[in-house]
Amino acid sequence: MKNGLILFFLSYSFLFTQSDQMSADDIMKAMDQNLNAESRIITSKMVVKGRRSNRTIESKNWVVGTELAFTEYLSPPREAGTKMLKIGEKLYTYSPQTDRVIQISGHMLRQSVMGSDMSYNDMMEDRPIDELYSATIEGSIMLDGRDHWIMILDAKVKGLSYPKRRSWVDKEYLLPKKEELYAKSGKLLKTASLEGIKKIEGRWFPSKFVYKDELKRNSKGTEWIIDNIQFNKKIPDSRFSKALLRK
Amino acid sequence: MIKFLAKGLIRDRSRSLFPLLAIIITVTLVIFGIGFMEGAMNNFLQSTAVISSGHVKVVTKAYEKESNQLPNDLALFETDKIIRTLYNMYPNYFWSPRITFGGLLDVPNKNGETKEQAPVFGIGIDFFSEKSRQVEIWELEKYLISGHLLKSRDDALISSKLAEQLNVNIGSAITLISSTMDNAFTTYNFNVVGIFNLNKGQADRQMILVDISGARQALDMEDAASEIFGYHNSLYYDDEDAVRIRSDFNLTYSDSIAQMLRNEESYNALSYMAGWNKISNAEKRKLPKQRTDALSDNQMYDNIDEWEDLSVEDPAIFTPKMIALRDSSQLASMVDFSNVAMSVMAAIFLVIVMVVLWNMGLMNGLRRYGEFGLRLAIGESKGQVYRSMIIEAVLIGFVGTLLGTLLGVSLTYYVQEFGIDYSEAINQMSSEMVLPNVFYAKVTSELYYIGFIPGVLATVLGTMLAGLAIYKREMSQLFKELEA
Repeated sequence: MKNGLILFFLSYSFLFTQSDQMSADDIMKAMDQNLNAESRIITSKMVVKGRRSNRTIESKNWVVGTELAFTEYLSPPREAGTKMLKIGEKLYTYSPQTDRVIQISGHMLRQSVMGSDMSYNDMMEDRPIDELYSATIEGSIMLDGRDHWIMILDAKVKGLSYPKRRSWVDKEYLLPKKEELYAKSGKLLKTASLEGIKKIEGRWFPSKFVYKDELKRNSKGTEWIIDNIQFNKKIPDSRFSKALLRK
Repeated sequence: MIKFLAKGLIRDRSRSLFPLLAIIITVTLVIFGIGFMEGAMNNFLQSTAVISSGHVKVVTKAYEKESNQLPNDLALFETDKIIRTLYNMYPNYFWSPRITFGGLLDVPNKNGETKEQAPVFGIGIDFFSEKSRQVEIWELEKYLISGHLLKSRDDALISSKLAEQLNVNIGSAITLISSTMDNAFTTYNFNVVGIFNLNKGQADRQMILVDISGARQALDMEDAASEIFGYHNSLYYDDEDAVRIRSDFNLTYSDSIAQMLRNEESYNALSYMAGWNKISNAEKRKLPKQRTDALSDNQMYDNIDEWEDLSVEDPAIFTPKMIALRDSSQLASMVDFSNVAMSVMAAIFLVIVMVVLWNMGLMNGLRRYGEFGLRLAIGESKGQVYRSMIIEAVLIGFVGTLLGTLLGVSLTYYVQEFGIDYSEAINQMSSEMVLPNVFYAKVTSELYYIGFIPGVLATVLGTMLAGLAIYKREMSQLFKELEA
């Protein structure tokens, strides 16, 4: 029993020591490991909190790596049947009302997705953060009784929507608890927080993301709630064909 | 006597022809100048009223603050009900809902893929309702270059400049890419049925016009509208009247709804508080008002900078508010300036003309110095000579003014009907204000009498001044002067 307790404390102290000794690069890699996968199938709902009313939009997403993503909106009725396809840098949308496939490009990528606080660019830029940013650890802080690193992420690639980010990364979950996303000028553009972190298929993953566009006056934020997520399932290539948008 | 003087005027052309011509020309110029200025100003205001402001318009308070972003998420709800109220309150005006929206216009190729794309400024107008006068005020039949007016919800009229840019023709299908009033991405197909040129500079460069039912369907705005435009039944902008109804509406209708919303909000908030059920109904009715006042005192409503996350969005920001034409597009100073400028210009014009005619009267009096001397020498009294001069001046002034008014009003009427085209100059200007390419004059009632001020008054005054010299002349000197 006594030996068991010693082993317990040793293993925990080892864990904490290891966690505290992680470099900024290690932390980013660990975050990427938690958030990214070879493939993901997600059923989710987005609660857009408007100034007059809230709207809930349900969707199903198929994602392979960082290059391919297909989204089908399931409800409300006006949005049902709308589909989006991301192939690399290109984003196509299909609406059953017009029976047209339209490529979204240029300034349209900065527009809000379904009236939410997320833009199409936010959806597109899901490459591993390790590839996009170089990080430094600013310090540590306790948030809600949990230990967090405060990290500053500076873009190492040109043309990102948020050239600078500040993240509060949970030392155990290795996921950002909250993030502030800045423009090149230093202006705060968006905030994001991750809630309901739980272990799914061996990794920590949040069940709720809350985004808030800080440029929208009186914005009440958008909640993205993950109802179901499956990692590394085989998704056929045909899922990501433009032809499927019309079906 | 008058007949005798009139015969004298006709027989002696040097006495009548030149003064008459001078009066006709100056009166014509005065009348046309004033008529053209009035008309040009009215054209400018009417163009702005038709496209962007109405004579008055109703929007939500929040929409007004952010109107340059076309924020349809802050649009008016229950527009039918508001319009009924407006007709009851102000029957001299007609009211029409409108949706203004921005976005992209996408033209597909044969395979349905994007061929051309361009930014678009769209206006959803109530063309189809029974009382609508929108086709009339937009003068679409006149400005339609090809095709026909809207017949169905999915029809669209496109400006010639945009049609050229996108290479679309009558019958082309176009897809609007825009945002719904919930800020959700939306696409909607319209059919081009007509191409127009409003002849208003750059105002219609990116414009499409659709029926409001189509805009509502495309942007998910059932019974909602960005704005409700009001026009005086006569279609002439009366600044004083517009300001009067704006103040009246905002003081009575808008503020009372704002207060009611705040009270309802407060009532709902209070109903969640512990102990609410123990309070008597009489006390409950007082409390919302007290809470509203307290919140208002603290400026906690809608004051995000000071209160940050604790701020409360004032429910009254969605109440309707009326704005007069002078309140929007920085037109207040323009309207005031134009009123003053027109008065000053008209006054200067009148003074110059009066000086000219006065001088003419003086010269005429001096030219006939010898004649008056002879008439005095043969026994006519100074008073008789003076009166005859004045009667002659009145006759010339009256006839000249009549002819000048006839000519001036005819010229003004011609320019009122056909206008003067400034297309090249206007097209090179980029302005937020809507400037018409063709300026039209306006025949107003004052043009029928304004010419009499310089035409008769100045001529008579000039003659009276010149005639004073008659009284200074001494009888004993007359023959000496005549010999000389």
